Order: sequence, then C-alpha cells, then structure tokens
Amino acid sequence: MLVITCPVCGVEGEEGDFHYGGQAHIRRPATTDPEAITDAEQRDYLFMRLNPKGLHFERWRCDRGCGTWFHAARDTMSLEFKAYYGITELPSADLMKAATGPWAKFFKDKIAAPGAKPARRGKR
Amino acid sequence: MAGKPYRLGTGNGNLIDRSKPLGFTFDGKQMSGFAGDTLASAVMANGHKVFGRSFKYHRPRGVIGLGSEEMNALVGVGEGACHEPNLRATQVELHDGLVAVSQNRWPNLDFDVGIVNNALSRFFPSGFYYKTFKWPQRFWKDVYEPFIRRAAGLGKAPTGPDPARYEQIHVHCDVLVVGAGVAGLAAASAATASGLRVILADENPRFGGLADISGGTIDGKPQRDWVAARCGELAAAGNVHILARTTVAGHYHHNYVMLFERLGDHDPAAVVEDAPRHRLWKVRAGQVILASGAIERPIAFANNDRPGIMLASAVRGMVERYGVAPGLMGVVFACNDDAYQTALRLKAAGVGVARVVDIRANPEGPLAAEARAAGIDVTPASAIAAIIDTHGGKSIEAVKIAPYSPGRGRVVNESRIDCDFIAVSGGWNPAVHLWCHNGGKLKFDEGLQAFRPDRHTDQMRIAGAANGTFDLAGCLDEGYNAGEAAARDVKGKAGRKMKRAKAEQAAQGEGQSIWFSPATGKYNEGNKHFLDFQNDVTAADVELAQREGYESVEHTKRYTTLGMATDQGKTSNINGLGIISDASGKPIPAVGTTTFRPPYTPISFGSIAGTHARHLFLPVRRTAIHDWHAAHGGDFEPVGQWHRPYCYRSASEDRHDAVNREILIVREAVGLLDASTLGKIEIKGPDAAAFLDRIYTNTFSTLKVGRARYGLMMNELGFLMDDGVTVRLAEDHFLMHTTSGGADRVGAWLEEWLQTEWFDYKVFVTPVTEQWSQFAIAGPKARDVLEKLGCSFGFSKEEFPFMSMQEGTVGDYPVRAYRISFSGELSFELATPANFGLGLWEALLAAGEEFGMKAYGTEALHVLRAEKGFIVIGDETDGTVTPFDVGMGGLVSKKKKDFIGKRSLEQSFLKAPGRKQLVGLLTDDPKFVLPDGAHAVADLKPKPPMKTIGHVTSTYWSPTLKRSIAMAMIENGQALLGQTLSFPLESGVVRAKVVEPVFYDKAGERQNV
Repeated sequence: MLVITCPVCGVEGEEGDFHYGGQAHIRRPATTDPEAITDAEQRDYLFMRLNPKGLHFERWRCDRGCGTWFHAARDTMSLEFKAYYGITELPSADLMKAATGPWAKFFKDKIAAPGAKPARRGKR
Repeated sequence: MAGKPYRLGTGNGNLIDRSKPLGFTFDGKQMSGFAGDTLASAVMANGHKVFGRSFKYHRPRGVIGLGSEEMNALVGVGEGACHEPNLRATQVELHDGLVAVSQNRWPNLDFDVGIVNNALSRFFPSGFYYKTFKWPQRFWKDVYEPFIRRAAGLGKAPTGPDPARYEQIHVHCDVLVVGAGVAGLAAASAATASGLRVILADENPRFGGLADISGGTIDGKPQRDWVAARCGELAAAGNVHILARTTVAGHYHHNYVMLFERLGDHDPAAVVEDAPRHRLWKVRAGQVILASGAIERPIAFANNDRPGIMLASAVRGMVERYGVAPGLMGVVFACNDDAYQTALRLKAAGVGVARVVDIRANPEGPLAAEARAAGIDVTPASAIAAIIDTHGGKSIEAVKIAPYSPGRGRVVNESRIDCDFIAVSGGWNPAVHLWCHNGGKLKFDEGLQAFRPDRHTDQMRIAGAANGTFDLAGCLDEGYNAGEAAARDVKGKAGRKMKRAKAEQAAQGEGQSIWFSPATGKYNEGNKHFLDFQNDVTAADVELAQREGYESVEHTKRYTTLGMATDQGKTSNINGLGIISDASGKPIPAVGTTTFRPPYTPISFGSIAGTHARHLFLPVRRTAIHDWHAAHGGDFEPVGQWHRPYCYRSASEDRHDAVNREILIVREAVGLLDASTLGKIEIKGPDAAAFLDRIYTNTFSTLKVGRARYGLMMNELGFLMDDGVTVRLAEDHFLMHTTSGGADRVGAWLEEWLQTEWFDYKVFVTPVTEQWSQFAIAGPKARDVLEKLGCSFGFSKEEFPFMSMQEGTVGDYPVRAYRISFSGELSFELATPANFGLGLWEALLAAGEEFGMKAYGTEALHVLRAEKGFIVIGDETDGTVTPFDVGMGGLVSKKKKDFIGKRSLEQSFLKAPGRKQLVGLLTDDPKFVLPDGAHAVADLKPKPPMKTIGHVTSTYWSPTLKRSIAMAMIENGQALLGQTLSFPLESGVVRAKVVEPVFYDKAGERQNV
C-alpha cells in the first residue's frame, strides 16, 4: 500500500486514493499523423509496455483529491517514488540520465533540452 | 491413563491459578482445568494426548508446540454460528464452559475410519491427485467430486450467520515494535523513553516471549522480573500503545502493517458490552522493529509425529507455565545445548528423564555438564531410529536409538529405551516471516544452519532471536540499539541513551544440524519421516519430487504441498530444504527459499470485512424517487451501486405478471420510467464539438443546436464501450448521456483524454448525473399527459420533432425536455433539478391517471427495447464487439480524420468473415424462452464436443407479440437469415430461426409521430 504525494494539490495519500494510469510518455500516433499509422506503431501504442527492474516512469491521477493527472518516477524494486512532475512535462535531466535500458534509449535525444515540454499536440 | 500424574505440584505452572478451577468439554467429555491453562495444557493434564487426526493419513496427533507454531492440535471451538474451526489448542485460552472438538475424524477420535489412508499410503504419495481421478470421465461429477469434497479440509464451518461485531482502525505511529520478548521490550523501552509514539504488539496474552523458560538472569534477577518491570514502565508511559493477543499479520509497502487483535475469544464473559470480537489495526509506521523471536524445529526421524513427541521448548514450557507433564518418562532428543534445559526442568519437577540422546559426538557445554551432574544419562553420537507405539499409534511405549553420523547409513547396534514422551530439538529458526512479506532478503547462516535477515528496502530493523541472536546479552543489546536507532531516524537526532542491563547466562556450545535420522527397517512404508505435519508431507515425498523432476524449491513446495498449510511451514520449511539439499547435492543457500506471505497466522474473515458487512457492504445509490418506488411495490435490483425498480408488483402479482402488464401499458397507453440513473455529463467550451468528434464514432460537430443524436463510443482497440444520446444545448455546450453503469467511467475517460492527450483543447467536463432527475413519459398517450399538466413549450410533431429538445416548464417545474425513445413509442424525457424530482414525478402520475398512466421498471424497459432491436452495452457487447458487428457500421464516420478506435477498426481481422454478428431469434416453440447465454451449434451431435457458433445475448417473453424473442451474436449471422439453428440445453435441443434483430415496428414509425 504505497504512500503517494500529489504534486498538484500536495495531499499525501494511500495508493487507494489514487488511480494508476500505466506507463508514461507513450505517443498516440493518431493524434499527430492519423493518415499514416503503421501496424507496428499502433501495436506499440496499444500493447507494448516496458517492465524495468529499477527506475520507471508512470502516470497517476489524484483520484480522491484534486482529480489531476501527473507523472511519477518510481523505482520498481525499492518502490520508492523518486520524483513527481507535471503531466505535460518530461522528467528532470538527472532522472533521464539515471534511466537504464529502453527508458535510457527513449530519453537519449530528449536530455539535451532538459525540462522541455513534448511537442505541441495541435488541435484538429 | 488420566488425571493427577500429569498435573505437577506447586513450583510448576506459574501461569495457572489453582484456586480457580474451570469446567470445559473436549469431544463431549467433561474435563476440568485452571484459570491460566490453555486448552492444550488442560486436556493434557487430564491425560489425553490425542487431539486430532492428520490431514491425509488420518494418523492420531497430539500437541507438538507451545504457541502459534502448533500445527497438529487443531481444534474447533464454540457451537453453531459461533463455531470456529482450525484453532491451535496451544493458543486457545481456557474459560469456563468452553466447548471444543477435535477435527478430521469419523466417527470419533479414538476410532477413525480414515486411518485406512495410512495403510494404503503407498497409493497416496505427493501429487497422487495429479495422476488419479481421471478415468472414467463420467465419474468426475457424481463420484470423484463428492468424495473429494467430503475428504477435503480439516474443520467444519459454522452453521449460521456470524453474530459478532468486528472493527477496523487506522493508526499512524513513529515506531511499531513487533514482539514483546526481551529484545522487543528493550526496543520499545528505548523508543518510548525518547518520546516517540510507539505501538508494541505481541500475539500472546502475556509479554516476555520465552524469557520464563530460558535460563540466566538480568541484573541478578530472573528474566521474568526484568520483563515485569519493563511492562510496568511501558504501561505507565503515555506515549506507547500496548496490544496483547495481537498478531502482526502482514507487512506491506512503505511500512503499512496489519495487526489482528483478539478482544474476547479468551473469555466471552469478560467482553465489554458492544465491544468488537476482533479488531484489525491498519498501521502506518515510520519505523518497524521486528523482534519476533525464533521457532524451534523438529527432527525428521521415523514416525516422529506420534502423540507425545513435542518440541523441547514446548515440553519445558508446559511444565514451567501450566504445571503439566506430557508423560511419565521422557527422552530428550537433542542436537544442541538448549534442549538440555528441558531435561533439567523435567528433572526438577520430578518427571522421569530416561535419557538425553544427543547427535553430537562430544556434548561438553555447561548445560550438558549440569545435566550429567543432576544424574541424567546422556548418550552422545546417537539418534532415534524407531518409535515403538501402542494403542494404534495413539501413544508411545519406547524408542530405539542407534549410533549416528551424518549421511545415510544402515542402522546398526540398536538399543531400546522405554518412555512415553519425547522432547525434540533440531535447532532454532529465526522467525523472519514479516521481514520477507514485502521483499526483505535473507542470507543463510552456516553456524545456525538457518536463514537470517539480510537487506530490506523499507524502514525496518530486526533484533534478538529473529536476527539469529540467541544469547541474552545480545538480545538486550540489539533491542536497545534498534530502539535508539529508530528514535534517531524519526527525530533526526539522537534520543535518550538507555542504561544497558547486565545479563548472565550459561554459554551454549555449538549445535549440529540433522536433516534426516535413518530408520530401522524398510524406508518409508511404515517408517514415515514427517516434515510438514499439517499437510502430512514426509521426507520421502520431497525426495520423490526431486526424482520426478520437480527440482526447484518452488516446484517441490507445490508438488508436495510442503509448507502450504495454515502454518506456512513454520516448523517444516528449513527441514524440507535440508532434505532437498541432501537429495540434490546442492548446499541449502543454493536451493533457496520460497516466499512468506501474509497473514502470519490465520485471521478472521469478520475482521477483514470490519463494518463493511450486511447493509454496509457497498455504498447504496438511490434516486430522488426511491421512497416512492418502495412504497408502490417497487421490486429493486442492483444496477452497479444503484437500486432501481425491476418492476412494480401489487400483492397479487408475481414478477412476470407485473413486467408484462407494464410493457402493455407503454405500448397501448402511457408509462412513466425513472431514468435518473443514466449518466449525464456536461461538455462545455470552444472545443467541445471537436472533442466530441474525437470521442464518438459518428460526427457531433454537425449536430444543430437544440437537436439530439445517438452516439457510439469505442475504446482504442475498436470495441464498443458505451453509447447514449448527446444533445447540443448551444454552439459550445453539449449534454452527453451515458449508460447508468458507465457514467463514472466515461466521466473519468473524458478527463483523461483532455488532461493527458489533447491538453490544448479548451473544454470543461462536468458530471451532473445526480444533479438532475430524469423521467421518460412513453406511450401513444404521452402528449395527453403533457397537455393535462401544462407545458410552456409546444409538443406537437411539428413544434417538437423526434430527436430534438425544448427548455421550459411542465406544470410548475423547470425542465429540459428531450424527444428520445428507448421503447420505440412516442416518448418525452423530462429532466428537472433533482430537488424537484419527486414533485414532478407525482404531478405527472396525477395528470396521467385518467389516461391509464402507470410507472414501469427496468425489466419492462429492457423488453421494450429488445422488441425494437436496440442494443444494450454489456448485453449485446462484451468488450470484443465492433459497431459493424451489431449492424451499426453506418454510424462509423468515413470523413473524420481521427477518432478513438478508428485506426484499430481498420485491422483486417475486425472486418473479416466469421465474426459474430447481431441477429434476432424466434424459437420454433413460441412459448419457450431461450436461456440467456444459450449457445448455438453448427453441427448438432448426440453429445459434446460440438463446435459452438455464438450465443444468446438478450432473451424475453414479449407480451406485445405474444411469443418469446431473443437477440444473439452468431458467427456470420447476417448470412444465416432464415435458417434454423440448434441450441443444445441440458433439458434437450431447442431450435430457433435466425431473423433480423427487430421484432416490432421495423420502420420506426411509432416513435416518430
């Protein structure tokens, strides 16, 4: 029963007061390029998820508090929350550098501009 | 033999009060004991050794341990609805009038027919059930299953609803100390003295752990005195919560700990009125100190399960605490110095000690010397090779011992020792269970031949015997250190430094491990070396698992069920690892361990439920009209957490009558439905239309203001997840309706998309399900009712067309009105603020009375829509159904560039032939209503297997059509129109014709008038 701190409203609550939203930073292909989505891209978006032994990046919602979605960096072995950050943000440069395996690969080209927001999604 | 010889004189039994005799029954026999006795000690004092029959072989079994590690003497206590099975007799505190029974025996404990299993045991090795009960298949249901059900389990379930009350309580503390033995008391004292909020919990009624049966002094006085002084100090301190009879049952992430407190089981008469029977403490601790002690292990020798064979610490505990001798003449079988304390204690109490049999070649420690000096015979380098039992295995009359050296070997030079009980010590295992619940790591200690705690990621420390520290000085030191370190961690600076007490204790020499004692005669048959007593697992079983290829410790555990009983292998795990190690040639650390899981000992279901029982089990959601429904024959059914009326029954009607009546009223006159539970979500903002275009399969940006449109919602896999009518209130303002069960889920779904994916959209989403009461006025006479009551807006076909809305008043009530129809009849849905709901409801019924208006419930609603072929999410859909499968491909936009599920829907297999498609079914016998979920087959055969091609999703009796109707999802259903399918049921084969899924008013004229 993890203890989680919401970075938006500051409440410290138990796991059951929050809603887990799975892996963070997954790109939805259709949002930006609905015309040209390969099967592999759609498959990865729907089904492929990382399962690291160590630093992981996740989405959570402050369900019983302010209702806001946020990101968390959590160690899957020690269960320690290393950092919380905004839902539209990337983790700090330090955390991106600390990531290993597939996460390290994912963050490699994003470390150069630390704290940068991901590309604007754009309306349709 | 019964009575006095087993109850020892004064000077023994420091926990019993001989001035307070108590009466109780065991298996119907009246017996007596004293206040302070446990059921185990009192029954044994009466000369009874047999407490039950073992699980598989039905061998007679007696008490083996002292406390919660007991795994043989499992009894049922209490009667009727208060009967509780599988309690450890060593933990049942005696009270006057206690009623207890033994378990797993028929007809009685003395003569149990199940003993035949023991004679046939060669057919019941480990895993026998994987290789039997297979042929013939027709025996599965009527022969094997009833037999297995009768044979399964140990105790009997209570025979009525539990009358007791249970509680749960949430607490935060700075330090939780688990175990109130010497180390735990030292730790708690240090933490308390530093001013922290402390909780100290111990599973026993009295604190001190094994202090009263361990030799040595603290500050020159017996250990008991030091314990009493610390308890007094803690009781007087204001910052420590002391919990006796409280098991720390489980340790979870971030120091969340579950404690199970028994308030009244020990003496029902002492329970304060209205107090709960059990209390579950949910504790969030800043620091945890584990001082859970250690558990003695038995030795695997032939027939080591006979009544009268006990752990050495349990024997001296029986003598010291309860003044009970397990027999008249005992043998101590030891591998260490610790067991000699038992020999000395027996001797001091005047109980015969025939011999101490020690596997070690040279037992030279101070305790061994003391034993010899007291006149006790010690035979070194020997082990027990056989038991001579009597009375069908119910007691012992002698043992055979033989010279011992590690490794297998033939038994030679046996000699016989007459005795009627045996005290065994195979060493001690630190009780590390709580350390491991949440990922704590262990390391194997070669000296102890046991596992000790290694690393943990949570704020948990360990002290004393649980840490593998068995000497008194070490326990005190570790306890104080842990308490002081915890205080420092909590405060951020050093707390009070405790004055260390001085411990004097006889040093103990080295012990030696023994995993297997060779037996006289043929191995295994008749010579069972038990490892797990509760599950009847022997050394031969573990070796069998290795031979059959179940080599890993996880496989061995599951194949043999070693360590899988309610004691979770407290006395069997390490011995089992020893056997695996011998059989595989791998050292124990390489064999590894299995995981310990909560609870440490069983906890009651009542405590888990707490107050979430009976009418408080789930939250109940009621509409504003609920009391009216209840007062007018409303027969409620749960719809999610809502209570909705299934129908309204008069005294003379059953459900069928009521439902049929309501359907016909809607078709012929006019009905009133409380639709308040349907989800309502307001979607507002400049990007509201664009947002809805992405959420639904069809287009909403083209919907005119004041109009309504039915929308389909898919998930990203392309499967239907919800549906409903959405109304455009203004250019930037929509009101979405969802299914009743989907309201909260869809609200969260919309928020997630807005916050995490399309966060540039300017849209607010506000769930308003509970803010509005909403009613459907449905039937040809609907307009008559509105006219009677008075409407501020026109309601003719031209003024208020189908699928549009109006805003105004009906009667005195402000409403939004929508022309939506789920029944297929002329229908107006009126939404009024919930506070006005009941008033509008009653006004409508009053106005409608002359037109025959009546309320109708959810079942009539479902039949009406089925007659029209409208789908219900969750009936026709099951999470794998696309819009095309239910014939609604026309609602999937071809123009929109992006909407949820679009890309997945383009996968070829979601459009391939062979998919299940929505059809209607008309049974050959119009009176027969197909059961929900009935399967259709392509090729009818006399018996299974047959290939099924689909199933019934909705099925009803239609009073409108005077015959049964059904909707089904059938492979290639559209291509089968006109054909007849077979539905094999248990009662016979039923045939039905495949038709279009519309049974009434196919053109949809009636809703459009």
